[in-house]
Amino acid sequence: MAGTSGKTSGARSKSAARSKGGAAKSSPAIVEFTKEQELSAYRHMLLIRRFEEKAGQLYGMGLIGGFCHLYIGQEAVVVGMRMASKDGDQMITGYRDHGHMLAMDMDPKGVMAELTGRRGGYSKGKGGSMHMFSKEKQFYGGHGIVGAQVSLGTGLGFANRYRENGAVAMTFFGDGASNQGQVYESFNMAQLWKLPVVYVIENNKYGMGTSVERASATTDLSQRGASFGIPGEQVDGMDVRAVMAASEKALEHCRSGKGPYILEMITYRYRGHSMSDPAKYRSKEEVQKMRTEHDPIEQVRKRLLDNGWASEDDLKAIDKEVREIVAESAEFAQTDPEPDVSELYTDILL
Amino acid sequence: MPIEILMPALSPTMEEGTLAKWVKKEGDSVAAGDVIAEIETDKATMEVEAVDEGVLGKILVAEGTENVKVNTPIAMLLGEDEDASALDAAPKAAAAAPAPQEKQAEAPAEKPAPVAAAPVAPAPDDVSDPDVPEGTPMVKTTVREALRDAMAEEMRRDGDVFLMGEEVAEYQGAYKISQGLLEEFGAKRVIDTPITEHGFTGLGVGAAMAGLKPIVEFMTFNFAMQAIDQIINSAAKTLYMSGGQMGAPIVFRGANGAAARVAAQHSQDYAAWYAHVPGLKVVQPWSAADAKGLLKAAIRDPNPVVFLENEILYGQTFEIPDVEDFVLPIGKAKVERKGSDVTIVSWGIGMTYVMKAVEELAAAGISAEVVNLRSIRPLDIDTVIASVKKTGRLVTVEEAYPMCSVSSEIGYQVQEKAFDWLDAPILRVTGKDVPMPYAANLEKLALPSVKEVIDAVKAVTYTA
Repeated sequence: MAGTSGKTSGARSKSAARSKGGAAKSSPAIVEFTKEQELSAYRHMLLIRRFEEKAGQLYGMGLIGGFCHLYIGQEAVVVGMRMASKDGDQMITGYRDHGHMLAMDMDPKGVMAELTGRRGGYSKGKGGSMHMFSKEKQFYGGHGIVGAQVSLGTGLGFANRYRENGAVAMTFFGDGASNQGQVYESFNMAQLWKLPVVYVIENNKYGMGTSVERASATTDLSQRGASFGIPGEQVDGMDVRAVMAASEKALEHCRSGKGPYILEMITYRYRGHSMSDPAKYRSKEEVQKMRTEHDPIEQVRKRLLDNGWASEDDLKAIDKEVREIVAESAEFAQTDPEPDVSELYTDILL
Repeated sequence: MPIEILMPALSPTMEEGTLAKWVKKEGDSVAAGDVIAEIETDKATMEVEAVDEGVLGKILVAEGTENVKVNTPIAMLLGEDEDASALDAAPKAAAAAPAPQEKQAEAPAEKPAPVAAAPVAPAPDDVSDPDVPEGTPMVKTTVREALRDAMAEEMRRDGDVFLMGEEVAEYQGAYKISQGLLEEFGAKRVIDTPITEHGFTGLGVGAAMAGLKPIVEFMTFNFAMQAIDQIINSAAKTLYMSGGQMGAPIVFRGANGAAARVAAQHSQDYAAWYAHVPGLKVVQPWSAADAKGLLKAAIRDPNPVVFLENEILYGQTFEIPDVEDFVLPIGKAKVERKGSDVTIVSWGIGMTYVMKAVEELAAAGISAEVVNLRSIRPLDIDTVIASVKKTGRLVTVEEAYPMCSVSSEIGYQVQEKAFDWLDAPILRVTGKDVPMPYAANLEKLALPSVKEVIDAVKAVTYTA
């Protein structure tokens, strides 16, 4: 994905269109996308969607083992954020990380091969779904301990400030992690030292099977930094334009030396927490409603068609191209050999 | 009867201090709570308050006197209705000069002297350090200064190295290890953190993943328990989980193990905990040379290093090589003393018991070879095995709990690799399998002793 595609010139603004269910109550003004931005968002979100569908299939075939957490439904969050960020900004997240890697332009083949535990995977097959990194693409993982990445991401922001490099650490975590103690320890230090960190809370409404309402005494997670004086906003995380607009504002806040910023992205995951989750804690109707009324990809698709910026055939062509990339990654992930047994004892110490 | 005012102990490990200033003069009236003097410990300058009312009758230790032992009478307080003549009737107080070390036991102690407190560091014996060339000039320094110098030298050398932790900057370090660093390197590189171990440890690891080289000071390693997830799951495992792309060049350092009379939650040796984990290096220095050479190596190491210091050792003085850039290899033990009858392996503060015991053993005609491990992981088992093959007997000495201890591991590896050379079962001297008690007598029992080391050596040499 292009690093600085956040072109807003000539774009029209209007108040946040508030839809029920997935809507945020304090979204900033949505910036209307240009044709190029809509197409870019569409393509990148579709890549994540198709990639994750394929990962689900490979899991079902026994080719992916262990834990596998799919990002389907939440695509607008990471794509909108990435559209607003600059090259050099770092990203770090928890275990639901495939979409983030694709958004950071990591090679789908390397990601899929890591899921299948092959030598061509980003971690040579030694990390798996939850533990992948790319120094080159400024992606710092891929962390399996809920909330740990929040302190780590704060450290990335610390390094940015130490080096005065102008970069911002985009630190993602979920509504579940937002109740971990180290999140607040990090908030305190980030604001105390004015570290350039955007804390992106992906509120998909359930921490595993426990709804936000059953886990959190206060459910407006955007205000979790209030006692430290960290500004925060709720954003319609199903609308990529809202995400990008909010992200631009947050990133600018950080870059100008004002310290951290919190974005609570109201979003939804269509699949279970992990592959083994039957999702009995929510109704099929709830999921169906989100899919039909708030799907992030469908929203863009509709706008592209309505504006006459793409025909059905154009979109089919994009879909075909994306499916080919994903098929190629799946093919690679199945044919690439497992790591050499000598890899067991490498990369423990430098 | 005039009341003796004694040199107070102002920290759990304080044994002596400087009487920096008398705030009250002879003849001044003193009320309970009045500041009467200022005492400089190795960590800080503290005010001494009067406990009783009266008139400061006589000052026994002059302002500016250094090395005044704890419990030395420093002044006499006259009660109501007493005049200066009462002073003559008082038992002859200890001389104004600091009492010599041997006489400490005779000082009018209000409480039993803490047993674990600072055994005197013995002079290194005739075995030269293989890493130090013959004829290298030596300089006396404390472990505290050695640690500070190591950090300062590495910070001068590499702008990516910084120090963070509680009270490391403006307070100059809770144990004064970072004294002067803020002044030299500024607040950007010497950073006071909030009391937030989990958070600042994760922050440090994140900064290390981004390529900086943090030194994270834990005031004591007991508090690192709050942060152990970040040390193990983030720092130690990332290199492996990233297929070698990204590691964490970071040092976690601070006081570890028992201090003196600080009881269960503040008295634990974590060597075995961290040594269990692949992806970490674990270092436990004893002498000032160990401290300096190994800390410099730890800061330069591209891996996460857990550097376990000991509060009681901080104030001890050792000779260290007076060279420009003294760096010791991590993962290499040092034979501190050559011997033929038994091998004693120890590390960190365990060495203090050993170095005392070997003197007594030598007097009894038992020649002990002493291996100072220096590093726990990687473990220099080769040096241990070579020594055991020579002596045929092994005793290990450490302050940690016995179960699943570093001693357990050494015992296992020695039986595996030198079974046919052993002439006696391996014995270990460890801390007892109990949370550290507070009471002085129980604390003494919970820790190893010189006698236990001697008894173990006599048992394996069948000379008991």
